[in-house]
Amino acid sequence: MNNTSENLGKCELALTVNGKPETVRVYPMERLLDVLRHELGLTGTKEGCGEGECGSCSVLMNGKLVNSCLVPALQAAGTNLMTIEGIARGPQLSALQTAFLECGGAQCGICTPGMILASCQLLDKKPKPTWDDIREALSGNLCRCTGYMQIFDAVMAAAQRSPE
Amino acid sequence: MKEAHIIGKSVQRKEGRDKVTGAARYIDDMSFPGMLYGATVRSQIPRGVIQKISFGSQIDWSEFVTVTAKEIPGKNCIALIGDDQSCLADGLVNHPEEPILLLAHADRHVLRKAIEAVLIEYEPLPAVFTIEESELRSQIIWGTDNTFKTFLIAKGDVDSVWTKADYIVEGEYTTGAQEQLYIENNGVIAAFDAEQGITVWGSLQCPYYVHKALMALCNLPAERVRVVQVETGGAFGGKEDYPSMIAGHAALLAMKSGRPVKIIYDRLEDMTATTKRHPSRTRHRTALSKDGKILGGEIDFTIDGGAYATLSSVVLSRGVIHAGGPYYWPSIRVRGKAVATNAPPHGAFRGFGAPQSLFAMERHMDRIAQVVGLSPVEIRRRNFLKPGQTTTTEQTVREEIDLGKLLDRALELSDYAAKNARFARENEAGPVKRGMGIAAFLHGAGFTGSGERYLASVVGVEGCADGRVRVLASSTEFGQGTNTVLCQIAAEALNLPYDHIHIAQPDTNQVPNSGPTVASRTAMVVGSLVRSAAIGIRQTLTAGGMLNDSYSPAEFQVACRRHIAEHGELRSYARYETPEGVFWDDQKYRGEAYATFAWAIYVAQVAVDLSTYSARVQDFVALQEVGRVLHPVLAKGQIAGGVAQGIGFALYENVVWQNGRMQNGQMTNYIMPTSVDLPEIRVFFEEMGDVQGAYGAKGIGELPMDGPAPAIVNAIEDALGTRFDSVPLLPEDIFEAVSTDGRR
Repeated sequence: MNNTSENLGKCELALTVNGKPETVRVYPMERLLDVLRHELGLTGTKEGCGEGECGSCSVLMNGKLVNSCLVPALQAAGTNLMTIEGIARGPQLSALQTAFLECGGAQCGICTPGMILASCQLLDKKPKPTWDDIREALSGNLCRCTGYMQIFDAVMAAAQRSPE
Repeated sequence: MKEAHIIGKSVQRKEGRDKVTGAARYIDDMSFPGMLYGATVRSQIPRGVIQKISFGSQIDWSEFVTVTAKEIPGKNCIALIGDDQSCLADGLVNHPEEPILLLAHADRHVLRKAIEAVLIEYEPLPAVFTIEESELRSQIIWGTDNTFKTFLIAKGDVDSVWTKADYIVEGEYTTGAQEQLYIENNGVIAAFDAEQGITVWGSLQCPYYVHKALMALCNLPAERVRVVQVETGGAFGGKEDYPSMIAGHAALLAMKSGRPVKIIYDRLEDMTATTKRHPSRTRHRTALSKDGKILGGEIDFTIDGGAYATLSSVVLSRGVIHAGGPYYWPSIRVRGKAVATNAPPHGAFRGFGAPQSLFAMERHMDRIAQVVGLSPVEIRRRNFLKPGQTTTTEQTVREEIDLGKLLDRALELSDYAAKNARFARENEAGPVKRGMGIAAFLHGAGFTGSGERYLASVVGVEGCADGRVRVLASSTEFGQGTNTVLCQIAAEALNLPYDHIHIAQPDTNQVPNSGPTVASRTAMVVGSLVRSAAIGIRQTLTAGGMLNDSYSPAEFQVACRRHIAEHGELRSYARYETPEGVFWDDQKYRGEAYATFAWAIYVAQVAVDLSTYSARVQDFVALQEVGRVLHPVLAKGQIAGGVAQGIGFALYENVVWQNGRMQNGQMTNYIMPTSVDLPEIRVFFEEMGDVQGAYGAKGIGELPMDGPAPAIVNAIEDALGTRFDSVPLLPEDIFEAVSTDGRR
């Protein structure tokens, strides 16, 4: 992060990202967000505030939603990470991605990757959520464009479409 | 007109797939070989003379590229309306966070330490921080009188109404600054080449504003300045003028170093250094007859422009024109004034002056209702503008708008009467008090007055050999749906499938100047030009005998290919022309202020918990007439998003100032609404009559910002019986007012 960490030198970090094993050399205190964006080229994960408030940098770490701007790289060692790039199956969009597209859940798009991952975690835990469940699950992800309504619609539509 | 095949349908957002897969490339996702990272050394005081700049010895400065004001190749200004704002302070600073010096380095991690190692010594000068201090003029900080601009709107003989009035109602209303808070911070990359000149890629709204600013700053001709908008993560006006500043900084570093330079602000820098909504103060004095009819009135509208003129004159203009609301004033005098303070310049934010003056108007209507003894519903109904009447600028309302009918529908949708009665009963007991509030308002679409004539926007449409069509415009997408709606319009005009239309990336080397993406003008004004240019393509092909009046996409493709083989290319351009009979007097501020207005009635239901003093919006009905709805999902999204920002403006978003600097420039302490803070925002459209514009669409983007704050504060007064005349209205303000009321 600064001169001192540079002097400390880099170390090896092994982890699984979107199902693929990866080994990268990182500064120990480097943010996971920067490792994803700069070392692994996964720029779908966005930075909005750099202090864990906006949720734009949300990723799933072992299935749990984290703000990657607050996670030191070494803490991700050995974990299984899912980023927005891992959500679609090839060219086939996931039910959530399709619903975000159809319901107007993405406007400027900068919060969208984080929103979709937060929604993913919700639907994993609760395939048939209530409106209040959706509000609660997305309360750590800020959106300035939509007023959230069409994001709620999208999550509900995806939940209703998914088989169970 | 024949049945529309694409207009009115919620087709897929053009760039939507890239946004939901994470493939969309925003400025911080781009990088160039050999790229440096730029940073800005800023003023730490509000006003003073720079005495000395020294560079701390703990840093090896030979690794850095630095640029000072003295090294600017062109004029040291951000060219916009006036040229009073410097790109880098030269000798004098006029606000905290004013840029003084630029640094660049290959490793972005070392920049913060370097900024801290630059020592700037100042001789401080006295500064002013409020409208009132500025008006006192004990310190002249701008021009000769601290005044950027004044306007006067005068209609009828207002001086004669006071003696005839049965009631005279006065009030003063204020609104605070508000941060746009797009989730993507400002950012650009600049590259310089001795042959090609300067190229800037960035997160921005108005490529040709940046283009103009770079020509002056870099002393380069138009053809050696290129500006490219990349995917932009929200803007709301906050990327209207400021990108010219950050682009200028990156350009100066790129020219000096010969390497590409990226500047990305972090959240703190973006919030403390860039523009916000203008704080405002409005004073009303209104004469009324005994039956509650407005006889005339005076409105004084003043905004705090910050340290430089930037866009304040235009924000003021929209504010004064909207100050009278959707009501008929037989006589009125509106005075507007934009004053200087030693804060970073305030700028564009959705609504652009109208949310401020309409907050005052709609609070004042509730005040009038109380004095006259009518309900908030009835006082509005008796004064609504009707077709054939004139606005405050003496623009005749030609649309078949029926505001009474719109109001009736909003009351029905919100279950207003029943809830009003029930809350009155239930508020007797318990700590939670509920209330209902209304706001009626209008919003003019497009540039004000002669603005569109001066802009003379141009749009191109190109038929390609593969039968696909490309829209060429500098109008930008930043979430609101520009790409989608302009393609829909071209598809409709050419009777082609939506998938056959795409839109060029806004790149000043590739697209004509279709004007800035502001002022709710894109769908209406630019959309009309897309339609004309698209019709031009069809006419060219039919006139050349290559296409019949009705055709299939395959026949269209054959015709395009033939035309291109014979003539090289197939392009059609359309330029804005003022419609017949439109009159506007810039001197007297009289005439057709806008080609058309959108109209709306919003109803808020609010609960105030007197154990915590927090107010919460429980239901929100947003009913509007915006002409033809081109894309229902996008239109609903625009309204709900604007209402959410309006709820933030009313109840949550408080910029804490200290000596002209924002003290809470983080998302941790500047609070915008989250998913659990908002009620269900219920959006409804009423389509009435025919309007000018592409397929009858009016501007929509800014309208929803105007109504929520007054509707909510009216509802809080309804719940508590206590007067509130300022936003943001925080729990501590409610506590203070209720306690004071209790002591009276």
